[in-house]
Amino acid sequence: MLFVKSRQWVIPGDLLAKGEYAAGENVYKDEEGFYASKVGLVDFENRVIQVIAVHGCYLPSIDDLVVGKVLKVGLSEWVVDINSPYKGILFVSGASGRPFDSRRDELRDILDVGDIIIAKVLEFDRTLDPRLSIKGRGLGKVESGYVVKMTPTKIPRLIGKKGSMIELVKNRTGCQITVGQNGYILVIGKKVEDEVLAVEVIRMIERDAHTSGLTNRVGEFIGKRK
Amino acid sequence: MLGDSSEAISNIERKRILELLSKGKRLDGRGVKDYREIRVERGVVEKAAGSALVSIGGTKVIVGVKVEVGEPYPDRPESGALTVNAELTPLASPSFEPGPPDEYSVELARVVDRGLRESKVIDLEKLCLIPGKKVLVVFVDIYVLDQCGNLFDASLLASVSALMNSRVAQYVVGKGGEVEAKSKYVPLPVRSYPVSVTMARIGGDFVVDPSLDEEMVADARITVTTDKDGNVCALQKGGVGVFSVDDVLEAIDVAIEKSEELRRDFLGV
Amino acid sequence: MVGKIRKKLVGKGGDRVDGRKPNDLRPIKIEIGLLQRADGSAYIEQGKNKILAAVYGPREVYPRHVSLHNKALIRCYYRMASFSTEERKSPAPSRREVEISQVIKDALEPVIFSEFYPRSMIDIFVEVLQADGGTRCAGITAASLALANAGVPMRDLVASCAAGKVDGQLVLDPNDVEDKEGEADLPVAFAPQMGVVTLLQMDGLLSKDEFDQAFKLAVDGCKQINTLQKEALRGRYLAVGAVGGLGQGEKGGLSRVG
Repeated sequence: MLFVKSRQWVIPGDLLAKGEYAAGENVYKDEEGFYASKVGLVDFENRVIQVIAVHGCYLPSIDDLVVGKVLKVGLSEWVVDINSPYKGILFVSGASGRPFDSRRDELRDILDVGDIIIAKVLEFDRTLDPRLSIKGRGLGKVESGYVVKMTPTKIPRLIGKKGSMIELVKNRTGCQITVGQNGYILVIGKKVEDEVLAVEVIRMIERDAHTSGLTNRVGEFIGKRK
Repeated sequence: MLGDSSEAISNIERKRILELLSKGKRLDGRGVKDYREIRVERGVVEKAAGSALVSIGGTKVIVGVKVEVGEPYPDRPESGALTVNAELTPLASPSFEPGPPDEYSVELARVVDRGLRESKVIDLEKLCLIPGKKVLVVFVDIYVLDQCGNLFDASLLASVSALMNSRVAQYVVGKGGEVEAKSKYVPLPVRSYPVSVTMARIGGDFVVDPSLDEEMVADARITVTTDKDGNVCALQKGGVGVFSVDDVLEAIDVAIEKSEELRRDFLGV
Repeated sequence: MVGKIRKKLVGKGGDRVDGRKPNDLRPIKIEIGLLQRADGSAYIEQGKNKILAAVYGPREVYPRHVSLHNKALIRCYYRMASFSTEERKSPAPSRREVEISQVIKDALEPVIFSEFYPRSMIDIFVEVLQADGGTRCAGITAASLALANAGVPMRDLVASCAAGKVDGQLVLDPNDVEDKEGEADLPVAFAPQMGVVTLLQMDGLLSKDEFDQAFKLAVDGCKQINTLQKEALRGRYLAVGAVGGLGQGEKGGLSRVG
């Protein structure tokens, strides 16, 4: 039995349902029933109840695409900020195909503190910091552009069903946009004005993530500005 | 504060800020001499003698003034005392840790203190009750609640606003030399209105009211405090970069111009 | 020599010094998400109390050696601003603040799913800008909202309220003078969905019957406050019969766009 309607606002401790359901994101179960663990919108799909949270930190998943910032250069690895309580570790083996000789080669020549990278999460479990890799198409150091931060819980809304929302933004603003699952989004445009517009659109999507008709409003907004 | 940021700014953002500045633009669209939106709210803490909450952009600082009877400094027996303290509360930034004041909070307190003291914001002689024995001590306590850049200007503006807003009991000295507080309240004798203008040097350019990002990219900053007559009453240079003589003179001109606007718009003088 | 007779704090009709009836809460105003840097924040005014709470985390543990392998480390700091009380208070932490920090942490930790974030840290900071009795309770109420605002997963919100005995009368939500001059003070924190008490303290003297009544009164106060918490989260801003504020300065004589 459901105690809430789809897309209803819920807060931690709200009773959502009792009976034969499965607990999805931000929902917990005890003997009495299913409850929300975060503030957000409740959603049902088949018999999985989840709450699309307004805020939350990023927990890495294997194969996630992330945008990160190099914090430290170690002896054989870099430590990377990926907007998570867990710092990303990028070993030399995950950065370069060539063998690395610590007598001749300098890690800093490949990546230095403050560099932005597009990476993939190779491994992560709760006992180890996530391992990253920048080997692969589209991965590696970023030379220019602007990084926007968004709460990671709204990334799926930014991407849209089958990528529809992000494709709309990319096409209409003419910008290359790489959406990190970790809430860091890289925007590269030919002109600064295009980037500024794309950033405003991303902020608008974040602010109105829970509303309907957003795709149309985004289209109209860009239309007025371009 | 230059001590902020557990992490450095990214290289592409640094590049972006410098590129924009070379065209006279800033990340948030401001002109190089523009302040962010400023709000001043006075009297937010009724239990304090005076108080003010100032926000400049996202930066939020609250100042409370307390006045107590105390002893004068030995070298100034006929003068009241003014003491300024600053707390960089851990609410304000991921890199502020709870604990005793560090060098950044001490610098903040001392820069505000100099601005207040050298401009003689309060006629301290008027705070003397019994020379050599009892004077009024004015405590200005600065609490930084949200660090989004330029704590100096927000803190001094809040301090002066709080002092202007302060009411203290009228004290009389009895026949037996005891000091008594009457139930009548009077304003603190505020008589000057110091305002500081902080500029950061990024590449070869100055920007007024640096945001957090700009503070992280800046190689140096200068805070110029002036009074209502355009006199310079305090200066503070920070950061490891250097200024030319012309840079300094130009900064002072900009400070006098901007502080007049701030004084008029937010202190009402 | 006649000693000073204390003015009665509770009148014949149960009228209290601030005009409230025995079972009335003080006016409450709540604002959520007002700080930019913090991951979550909330501000509460309860009578003359003005309290700001901020949450950072889950974030990296510092220093590393205090890290817990199976859950997040939760830290809590409760501090009173030096101008928050009638007499100026030294900025350095007092023993009372250290104790209250621990008590607030213990009131909130049971509802937090700390096991979701091993080897991380969740920081809760409570800053009292003006104090007028019951600051630990209002601090817990605000901190619970700041945690929700930060997206820290929790089983429940926690609401907190005190009851007291003043001039023989049991009262809800005592203010500072009632707390200091009264016969008993009983702060309680309650997680309404779980139906459990997470904070319970008492000082003073109460008979068993009085304790029962005062305790139920406080729990009821918590439930009322929880309703206000929910409304605030829904609307992100709420004022219930309150004046003034620490906000974005819509009012305030000299507020102006710079």
